Amino acid sequence: MSGNTVPSGDTPPARRQEREGPASSLLDLVGNTPLVELKRLAPSPAVRLYAKLEGQNPSGSIKDRIAKAMVETAEARGELEPGRELLEPTSGNTGISLAMVARIKGYGLTCVMPANATPERRRLLKLMGAKIVESRADEGTNGAVQLALRMAEQDRRYFMPFQYANEANVRAHYDGTGAEIADELDRVDVLVAGLGTGGTLMGAGARIHESFPDATVAAAEPLPGDPVIGLRSLEDGYVPPILDVSRLDRKLLVTNAESVAGVRALLEREAIFAGVSSGAVVHVGRKLAEEVGEGVVVCVLADGGWKYLSAPFWAAEDVESAMENSVWW
Amino acid sequence: MTTVRIPPTLRPDAEGQREIAAEGSTVREVLDEVGERFPRLRARIFENGNIAAFVNVYVGGEDIRTQDGLETPVADDATLILLPAMAGGTLASLAGGASRPAEPASGTASTR
Repeated sequence: MSGNTVPSGDTPPARRQEREGPASSLLDLVGNTPLVELKRLAPSPAVRLYAKLEGQNPSGSIKDRIAKAMVETAEARGELEPGRELLEPTSGNTGISLAMVARIKGYGLTCVMPANATPERRRLLKLMGAKIVESRADEGTNGAVQLALRMAEQDRRYFMPFQYANEANVRAHYDGTGAEIADELDRVDVLVAGLGTGGTLMGAGARIHESFPDATVAAAEPLPGDPVIGLRSLEDGYVPPILDVSRLDRKLLVTNAESVAGVRALLEREAIFAGVSSGAVVHVGRKLAEEVGEGVVVCVLADGGWKYLSAPFWAAEDVESAMENSVWW
Repeated sequence: MTTVRIPPTLRPDAEGQREIAAEGSTVREVLDEVGERFPRLRARIFENGNIAAFVNVYVGGEDIRTQDGLETPVADDATLILLPAMAGGTLASLAGGASRPAEPASGTASTR
């Protein structure tokens, strides 16, 4: 990773200012998440392993940072004003975070998702005030993205943040996640985060490299089961515009079984109840901690385990088989 | 012998095989041998002499783009994994497991 390609401009700072007294809304409580040492999971006393607990953001995930940043950046640029409706193809954490921001700021929110999205997601988003538009189940996630793009084109009332291509996503992690880690630690040798949109790795990675030029920025990437891989043709391939793989130092595949082992280890040894991607991140964090032998390794844990309680893997003997039909993060 | 794992989407170009055994000390040498045996597969994974943009290649579970690219060394007993590039995110992670094949994105985002 070289140079600082974090977008500049009129992005409001994602970090919460020092605040006295009660917060004026949940938006003031986004970010500044706790950093906790994982002494029981570190492979040796010479390595200090830390976890950044993003599940402690107000709506429960790291996506609060980017939802707030994408909306406030658009407001600052005059691209978003009262009366507009936010539109995003999502049935996950980004939708929940956008619903929180939209409700507090008084915008409408429409989430486009495949008709086979789980009822729990639909219910939570509806309770938070989001409208749901279903795309055809047999068109999968592409169908949801394409329908959202068509809706945005046909109706100017809609504003689509589109996290995969929105530079405010990267900026939120540069100003927030990365800066908070750099402020709190005197040394960082390895930063590990899950690879989704690439926002965390690009933004926090750039900020960590500024303070610790020799640090390794590592991506934990899911290795889905064959049924999921089989859904994708090469023509269907997609690299998020905000992701520049050349700026990563490492990019490691993690199997579903390894991710679940990581989730279990976090729970059983550190009493941290985290989501599936966090298990993958900790798996990579421990592996790289062993490689470096001594130093400081920081793992960014994107969300808590609550949304996965009904998942089949907790009790499954064959984790890979139980998880192979779905994408987990 | 290196084991090359073929994703479902590329198996029709490799006579349906899930895995191919090949020899070589670098990714380039291994994929050259595979490509000679399966020219259609070669045409899909290479683009102007490089790995195609929407193909990811992993050696030892690590993307060769963050290693030495096609010159990444390959141990004799290594596994080389080919995967279509897939954006992360949570769109499908929260969908049921019964989803069926998505249509090609034809230039637009195909995110989860």
